[in-house]
Amino acid sequence: MTVSARRRRTGLAAWGFALPFTLLFAVFLLVPVASSLYMAFTDMRGADLRTPWAVNFVGFANFAEALADPKFQQAAGNTLYFVGVAMPLTLALALLLAVLLNSGLVWFRSVFRVGFYAPVVTSIVAVAVVWRFLLQPDFGLVNSALGAVGVDGPRWLTDETWAMPALIVMATWRNVGYSMVILLAGLQGIPRDVYEASSIDGAGPVRQFWSVTVPLLRPTILFCAVITGIGYLQFFEEPFVMTQGGPLGATNSVAYEIFNQFGFGNYGLSAAMSYVLFVAIVILSYLQFRLLRTEK
Amino acid sequence: MASTTTAPLTTAPATTRVRPDTRRRTPRAILLNVALLLGLAASIGPLVWMVVSSVKPEGEIRQFPPTLLPADPTWSNYTELFAQLSFPRYFLNSVVVALIVTVGSVLFSAMVGYALAKLDFPGKRTLFALVMGTLMVPGMVTFVPLFVLVANLDLINTYAALILPFLAAPFGVFLMRQFMLDVPDELLDAARVDGAGEFRTFFRIVLPQAKPALATLGILTFLGSWNNFLWPLVAVQSADRYTLPVALALYSTGQNTVQYGLLVAGATVIVLPILVVFLALQRHIVQGIATTGLK
Repeated sequence: MTVSARRRRTGLAAWGFALPFTLLFAVFLLVPVASSLYMAFTDMRGADLRTPWAVNFVGFANFAEALADPKFQQAAGNTLYFVGVAMPLTLALALLLAVLLNSGLVWFRSVFRVGFYAPVVTSIVAVAVVWRFLLQPDFGLVNSALGAVGVDGPRWLTDETWAMPALIVMATWRNVGYSMVILLAGLQGIPRDVYEASSIDGAGPVRQFWSVTVPLLRPTILFCAVITGIGYLQFFEEPFVMTQGGPLGATNSVAYEIFNQFGFGNYGLSAAMSYVLFVAIVILSYLQFRLLRTEK
Repeated sequence: MASTTTAPLTTAPATTRVRPDTRRRTPRAILLNVALLLGLAASIGPLVWMVVSSVKPEGEIRQFPPTLLPADPTWSNYTELFAQLSFPRYFLNSVVVALIVTVGSVLFSAMVGYALAKLDFPGKRTLFALVMGTLMVPGMVTFVPLFVLVANLDLINTYAALILPFLAAPFGVFLMRQFMLDVPDELLDAARVDGAGEFRTFFRIVLPQAKPALATLGILTFLGSWNNFLWPLVAVQSADRYTLPVALALYSTGQNTVQYGLLVAGATVIVLPILVVFLALQRHIVQGIATTGLK
């Protein structure tokens, strides 16, 4: 067989392998990505569902409308609040747990690891049922426990001040195990002798954490920060099942607003909001790379 | 010379094995482990509470402090749940969708990952660039145009709508390509010399080599599909196509008098099978996450 005939044969076979994915990828991912950009600049509504080409171009009107809408502004503020608190909290807790679990003093490391990871595999809808009960103001476990020590707990999910902190705690509870497992794997990759060398130099555990663990773990922390940030910016399921965005919009998020505008049939507006969110995701990831890149 | 270098090597494992047993009973170790146990209680407490409460009558669920074991165990929450809602149907929908998505997307990812790693074909670089470019595009950005597309394909309310968009998974492709790069070329050449065609080589030689990666990707894909919420909520409007999370969410947010017994039973139906699978396969999952970063 000549070389070119053989190349052609593997070329055909290779496309045979690539074809099922490529077809589905083109139809169900590339087309939606491209058409979301198209929709964001049109006045497409639910009534145009079957005639998506018979719509008017409106330039940046959807973007202007979104940014000027007080509800969207509130949702954007809530999303920043959520990400700004929940992300550092999740990462700090994950790092703390990983460092503790990496210590030689832990009794049942794999039990702890599995236990802290378990909430990650649960459905948010199912978990919401449990948390709504825990946070139930009159007989929920949290307020009953607070009452037992003489504290009058707030009406968590219907209180404008306390609804968001409740969702932040819940999201942290559910996501901390993911970063913890990755950070623990990163920690186990740090050679023991680095620690031994630093303790010979007289560094205590706290000093070791800041001058050995954190610098060597920087790429892993960056990875966790980016993944957690991308997920948290799309904050939707928690408010949908816990508060429906309330009370008075206090837990409404950008993603939830996208979903609502879609529900109202404002497809163009909804697509424009999606792009605002996407840009925010790209900017956050970029900032994290700048901040956490190996120090120089 | 030889004895001085080997001596530390032989004694080192012995000391590290002995040392922890004494160090693990110091006050510091006890404090650390007690703190971790409290954390563990916070982590799995809500899940334990859910499972235990699902076999308690409504009144006992609301008791404080909660009874650790049900004083009066009952299946009535489950029987009532199955009578009021077609939970077996939703369960079946979830299982069918998750299984097809898992098998399909893992197989397609492995196939294209192999082609990208080991074969030459026109358009290869473009395809890889497109896969990498869409790796980070979130579902929140594409669900509206995807809905318009699926509606125009007349697929709303079908299993196809729940399955097809998830058969093409860029992250799976990326993962499989990375794994396939490490499959030795000599192995493939040997198979070809023996006269095996490309497809035979793939199914007989490459796939068995990739078992660990297939297992990890498969488990995680199944988890993702089982817990998927936004897209099924949008793509399916008639009750006979609901998946478990959609059914429970609509039921739990749509009623006036809250019956925690029913809700907790419904939540347990969703979570318990996954927890059992997770506990059985936790080595694959936890190690897979640690090495790939895949959720």
